Amino acid sequence: MAQKKIIKVNAIKHGTVIDHITAGKILKVIDILNLTGDNSVMVGMNLASNKIGKKDIIKIENRELSKQEVNSIALIAPSATLIIIKDFEVVQKSSLDMPEYIEEHIICPNPKCITNSEEIPSKYYIHNSKIATARCLYCEKKYLVEDLKIKI
Amino acid sequence: MKNLISMRDLSKEDILHLMDVAAKIEKGEIVPNMQRKLAALLFFEPSTRTMFSFDTAMKRMNGDTIIMSGTGNTSAKKGETFADTLQTIAQYSDIIIMRSPIEGSARYAAEVVDLPVVNAGDGANQHPTQALLDMYSIIKTQGKLDNLKIGLAGDLRFGRTVHSLAQAMAVFGAEFKFISPSFLQMPEYIKDDLTEQNIKFEEFKEMEGNIDDLDILYVTRIQKERFADPEDYEKVKGSYVLNKTMLGNVKKSFKVLHPLPRVDEIHTDVDDTEYAYYFPQAKNGVYTRQAIISILLGEV
Repeated sequence: MAQKKIIKVNAIKHGTVIDHITAGKILKVIDILNLTGDNSVMVGMNLASNKIGKKDIIKIENRELSKQEVNSIALIAPSATLIIIKDFEVVQKSSLDMPEYIEEHIICPNPKCITNSEEIPSKYYIHNSKIATARCLYCEKKYLVEDLKIKI
Repeated sequence: MKNLISMRDLSKEDILHLMDVAAKIEKGEIVPNMQRKLAALLFFEPSTRTMFSFDTAMKRMNGDTIIMSGTGNTSAKKGETFADTLQTIAQYSDIIIMRSPIEGSARYAAEVVDLPVVNAGDGANQHPTQALLDMYSIIKTQGKLDNLKIGLAGDLRFGRTVHSLAQAMAVFGAEFKFISPSFLQMPEYIKDDLTEQNIKFEEFKEMEGNIDDLDILYVTRIQKERFADPEDYEKVKGSYVLNKTMLGNVKKSFKVLHPLPRVDEIHTDVDDTEYAYYFPQAKNGVYTRQAIISILLGEV
């Protein structure tokens, strides 16, 4: 019975699966995707993974992600895999690439930055070395990517 | 070069070209003519020296200026956006030179208007024209910019001048001594930048005993207005004072620079020594700013 239940949960007809999310980051991913609509959402946390040790996973029915959403998720979970499902078939499977540049979706932590006093989008350049960092185009401050607050 | 926003945008070649133009302007080999050109000086934060220096630079080239100082006489209080203020001023002038406490404001201004924009200081971020006049002073006194040993002393945390200068001199392979109270140390993001470029730096808590091997000692004021708590200011005030007795074993070509205004961090007994260069440095600011304006307006 238990086996059957798992299969039922796993199956989505159309939608998106984000696999290999760094364990513990799923809540940030949910926050980015603003999952308040009618879509069915399945979440797995702290699952064993051959690829990254421990992983989180999310499956969202009837939802395709925008480029901006994918970029934002790549910032917090660069090891993730994006899978697009149509008619129960995997039609696309790709690993996320950390973007080199991201506009609008990072809230600059510097309260004196102009992006926090004028209605203008933030612009960040990402430097993906051993520890990923991001630099604000405007105030030029550099932050660890994992410390940044991301909004959609 | 369309705008001058940050030292990070300038290549070594850009800097050397600018130094060359400033030197030619000083010697009278280039005489830029800014007749009928108008610079808008927008100073949303108090400044006397930088504003006067730009005003002088423009007027020495037969140009003119319109000046807005403080926010009291703008439409910002009526609810006008910063972008609209800039767009309007841009209709009157040929170049915008601005200072603001908001970091990134000059970068944003350059996106909004079609005119050249010069950053005359944006919060604790950048002050590129100061860095360039400092470099002009260094090249004049040392004959080169490459491979110098530079001490930066005072408020290294909030002082945008030292941030811009450290980044710019790093391009020329400088070695640094950072001398400051622990509360006012050079920010990590600047030190990270230097480490990435393999630039050597050491940190010290006192001036005495750490200046004999330097080519340049750049002293900055502890800026009272940067402190939230006046007690923090009192704790460090006056703890970094350079005086004449400390100059006994310095290099012959050693020079002391300071962006001014000075409070008590350089004793007046240093003024009469061959090492004091802070007043000529202020004059160099005019030549450097003449060069910047001339290059941005395509006059040289």
